This record gives sequence, C-alpha cells and structure tokens, in this order.
Amino acid sequence: MDGNINKTVIRLEHIGMIYKTGTINYEALKDINLTIYKGEFFSIMGASGSGKSTLMNILGCLDQPTSGKYFLEDEDVSTLSKDRLADIRNKKIGFVFQGFNLIQRLSIIENVELPLFYAGVPHKEANIEAKKALRLVDIAENKENNFPNQISGGEQQRVAIARAIVHNASIIMADEPTGNLDSVRSNELMSFFKKINDERNVTIILVTHEPDVAAFAKKHIIVKDGHIVDN
Amino acid sequence: MKFPILLDIQSAFKTFARNKARSFLTTLGIIIGVASVIATVSIGQGASASVQSAINALGSNLLIILPGSSNLGGVQTGFGELSTLTLQDAKAIRKLPAVKTDAANIRMNEQVIWRGNNWGTSVMGTSSTFPVIKNWPVTKGEFFDKQQDNTAANVAVIGTTVATQLFGLMNPVGHIVLIHNVPFKIIGELKAIGFNAFGQDQDDIVAIPITTMMEKIAGISWVNIIMVSAKSKKDTGLAQNQITALLRQRHHIPPHKPNDFYVRNLTQIAQTAGSSAQIFTILLAAVAAVSLLVGGIGIMNIMLVSVTERTKEIGIRMAVGAKKNDILKQFLIESSVLSLFGGVLGIGLGVGISDLISLISPLHTILTIEPIIISIIFSVAVGVFFGFYPAYKASNLNPVEALRYE
Ligand SMILES: Nc1ncnc2c1ncn2[C@@H]1O[C@H](COP(=O)(O)OP(=O)(O)O)[C@@H](O)[C@H]1O
Ligand SMILES: [Mg+2]
Repeated sequence: MDGNINKTVIRLEHIGMIYKTGTINYEALKDINLTIYKGEFFSIMGASGSGKSTLMNILGCLDQPTSGKYFLEDEDVSTLSKDRLADIRNKKIGFVFQGFNLIQRLSIIENVELPLFYAGVPHKEANIEAKKALRLVDIAENKENNFPNQISGGEQQRVAIARAIVHNASIIMADEPTGNLDSVRSNELMSFFKKINDERNVTIILVTHEPDVAAFAKKHIIVKDGHIVDN
Repeated sequence: MKFPILLDIQSAFKTFARNKARSFLTTLGIIIGVASVIATVSIGQGASASVQSAINALGSNLLIILPGSSNLGGVQTGFGELSTLTLQDAKAIRKLPAVKTDAANIRMNEQVIWRGNNWGTSVMGTSSTFPVIKNWPVTKGEFFDKQQDNTAANVAVIGTTVATQLFGLMNPVGHIVLIHNVPFKIIGELKAIGFNAFGQDQDDIVAIPITTMMEKIAGISWVNIIMVSAKSKKDTGLAQNQITALLRQRHHIPPHKPNDFYVRNLTQIAQTAGSSAQIFTILLAAVAAVSLLVGGIGIMNIMLVSVTERTKEIGIRMAVGAKKNDILKQFLIESSVLSLFGGVLGIGLGVGISDLISLISPLHTILTIEPIIISIIFSVAVGVFFGFYPAYKASNLNPVEALRYE
C-alpha cells in the first residue's frame, strides 16, 4: 500500500461545472484542483447543496465538467464519448449511493453480476465472482436469491459494495452511503469500506456530512459553494 | 453484444412474468391482428382452391360456345335472340380441324316426361367417356357405352334431382321417358354431387349420347351451350378463330355486324377467377395487417410506460457500465419477445378460428405454413419497429438524471 501511495489516480485541473436551467446558469463548481493517489481513503465533506454530489458525479465519469481537465489514471476523460465513459465506469469505478440503488426486479446475486454482464464475462464466471464479492461483505449464501426489498438497509448497502468491487474496480465512489442507516449500521458498513481499502488497496472517495463517518477516511477536503475550502 | 442474447431474452420473460395481466393486454392487439390474418388468409385460400378445382373439373383446353348477341351496348336482347345456336352448328363445329371430335358436350333445356309427371331440365349430349373424364360415376344401372354412342341409341342416364322429381323413391332404371317427343330408356342414375361453385344444381341433368342428340332431336332444336375441346392447349386460340368464322358463315352474319354467339376460352376464365380470388385474399390480409399495426402501437405505448417506470433501473445499469446499445438492445428484445409472444398466441387463435369456420359454415378454409411463418416474422418486426422509439429514448437518458429519478 505505502509502496504505491504516490501513484496518481485522479487529477482535476481547474474543473468548473455550470448547470443550465432555462435561462439561469448555476455555477455548482468553481476552479476545483485536486489530486488523489492510489489506495487513498478520501472524504469530501460540506453542507447540503455545496456541490459534493456534482463533484462526485464528475469523478465517477457519470457527468462531464463544463470546463477544466480531468485525468483518470493519466487518461484525459473530460472529453470522452458517453460509451467510452460507460466503459471506464465498468472497468475502473464502483458506486455506492445513498439510496442503495439496487434493481428491485433482480435478485441480489443478479444485481452483483450486473457489471460483469456488461463487461461480457460469461455468466458462470460472473456468478462465481459475485458470490466471492458477497462473501467479502458478509452476505450469506441463502440470501443471494432474495430480492432487495427482502433484506435490511444495511444489507442492501453491503450488496451495493459487493457490486462496486465485483469487477475489481480500482476506485469506489460512495455518495452519502450511510445517509439512510442508523449509527450502528453506519459503523458496520464503514468497517467494510476500511477492509476493502486495507486489503485490496482500492481507492475510496467518500462523500458525507457526518464527522463520525468521515473519520474512517485518512484524507479530507471540505467543499463550500463549489470551492474547496480546506485541504 | 458480447453477452449471450439468451440472458436478455430470459430477463425479458422475467419482466413479463412479473406483470402477466399487463403483458397479455399489451399483446392483445397483436394476438387479434395475427389471428385475423391467419383466419382470413385461410378463407381466401380455401375460396381460391374451390374456384380452381371447379375450373379444373371442366378441363383446361375447353371452349364454351354460348348463344346471344355480344352487342352489349345495343338494344336489350330478347329471349328469342338467345336461340341462335342449333344442333347443326354443333355438328359442324365438331368437324373443324382444331377441335377434338370425341370430346363435346351440348346442352339444351328440354321437358322430360314420364307418365303424368314432367320436369324441365338440362339435357346433355355427351360421349361414353363422360363418367371417367368427369370422375362422376353412376350409382344405379350403367352409363351408355361406345356402341350405344356410335349407333345413336335412345338411352338416357339421369341425375338424382331428375330421378326424384319424376320417380320419387322408385328406381328409375328401365323406365321409358319422353324427351322432345322421342322415347328414351333410362339405363342409369348418376351419383349425387350437389351444387357447384357457381351455385348450380349439378344433379339436375339428363345425359344422352351426343350422336342421338344430333340425329334424333335435330330440326330446330336450340342449344344452350356447346362445349368442345381444342386438340391441344396451344390450339385453343386457333379453334376459337375457326369456330367464330364457321358460325358467322353459317348464321350469314355480314362483316360489319357483331356475332350472335360467344366463344369463351376456359383458360382465360380460369385465370380471371384465380386472380380475383387472389385479390380477395390480399385485400383481407391487408385489413388484418392494419390491426397488427394497431397492436404495434399498443406495444409502443406500454414500452414507453415501461421505460419511464424503469428510469432508475436504466440509470443504475448505465452507472455500472451499460452502453447506449446495451440499453437499446434490452428494450428492443423486450418489445420483440412481447410481440412474438402475442404472435404465437394469435396463430393458435387464428388456426382455431379457421377450423371453426370450416366446421360450422359452408366455407372451406385452407391453412398453409406461409401465413404462419409470415405472421411470426411480421410480429417480431412490429416489436422491433414499434419498440425502437421507446428503446432509443431509454438509451439516451442521462445517467445522473436517471439515477435521481424516484
Ligand atoms: N441537474 C442540475 N441542474 C441544476 N442545478 C443543479 C443540478 N444538480 C445540482 N444542482 C445544484 O447544484 C448545487 C450543488 O448540488 P449537489 O452537488 O447535489 O450538492 P450536495 O451533493 O453537496 O448536496 C445545488 O445548489 C443544486 O441545486
Ligand atoms: Mg449530494
């Protein structure tokens, strides 16, 4: 881990994001400069509406900035096509959202297999990988064929972590992952993030406004009105 | 398209299984459309086949000569004017080089009398080969033979309608009847075959040797119809010309006057009848195809609803790496499977309706594999076509907005 701590994974240069709604332009991010290294556990804090999710969506290649450059593992991704971005999300990035975001119509194991499905991994192999990922977050085999609404919120969020790591993503983006959990479940969930960060050297970028949760991270920034105010 | 399409199809089935009633109602338009295509095409093909077989039964290089003016635009032709063909004309026609001598039928309307009973029927002069050529056997007695044909014997074979009208339940064989005041001995009764495709009672007939008709009922006997065969198929045109020229000469028709008879080539009639049956089929199928399109619009409608309902799912799929084409493919497969499913149910229903029509109505239906295959292809095409817009809409969603959708 410490051996590659200096390898840059993410580099943002003068990133700006302007939302256009009708004639009104809203500047959600202003001149963001940020470098994140491999294996870091990184937290982004800030008040509601400060631009954390906007930043997260850009970091996760779900959205593209209106200005500036974004280098992901030395590749400039700020101008790539949507399909190329989908490919990068599939291969490099895992997401954990506040609202769990599991597909309700699919069973738990099917949800975890999904990134491998889009990567073109044969189903048998995908199934084996998905089982491994679920074991890592302590989801028992007898729950694999349940549907998301048949398990608790804490378990759903662990399934989301399994889905994020199943394709060996090098970065996990977690936007308020504990937002819908009580403090006991929150701590439990955070311990899984820590475990993945420790054991697999996965870079974790965590958005939260709870200091207890942010405490699991080793590096912190605070966003205010679209600026980074503290490093 | 790296991943086996089978999984997509399986997933589509799971989606429908979770919403059975809605899926069924969505495909109802396709079911009805395909069923009506199958049923109407089978009716059309049945009609076409029965017209065709009626015509084939008459023989293909057949020429039909009918009395009457072809001056259709002129003064209304009276009944008397229909009496333009005589047995002498028929005799002369038989001697023409392009006409077969041994195969001719002549029909006249005559009264047949037995004791107090009499019955107006169609008397046909024909040859001894008639039962074989027409595949129309006698059930009582026998048909006249070549010897009786050659010697112009006074023998008659009657159809069942004539038998019933004159003799009731009695066996007519052996009795003597009067036709045109000439006594004929009944030697046989033809098998009942009912009505033909044109609605005529084919059993209302008396068959006598053509020689007897020409020699013994000659004089001023008017003939209703003369049927002769050309020597071969390619001689039909020639025979037609020879007959026309001969009759014009015999009837002393000056060059500027129209014919007082018709010569019809049966091949032409067959073609006309065949193509009108075909047009009928195409028309019916077109009407049915419209209901298929309506079914397609139903599918598009429900797919649009489905895309909206599943916006979040689409966002999640995009977040984990689904490309535009992956989403497009997923929804196209869903709509195609849906309409294919409707198509298969529709085929089952259509086959059932077609069988039922055959069973409870006089219409004869014919089911072939072509409309079934075409229906299957067509319903998948409807699914792809009408599923495209909703699928395209889904594939163009913005992942961030789709994920935020509740
Ligand atoms: N799609 C959008 N269109 C317009 N404004 C937006 C959009 N998304 C976010 N914003 C605005 O940008 C600001 C930052 O939002 P967000 O990044 O979601 O904040 P946070 O996650 O820190 O609460 C907010 O004021 C929000 O209203
Ligand atoms: Mg947010």
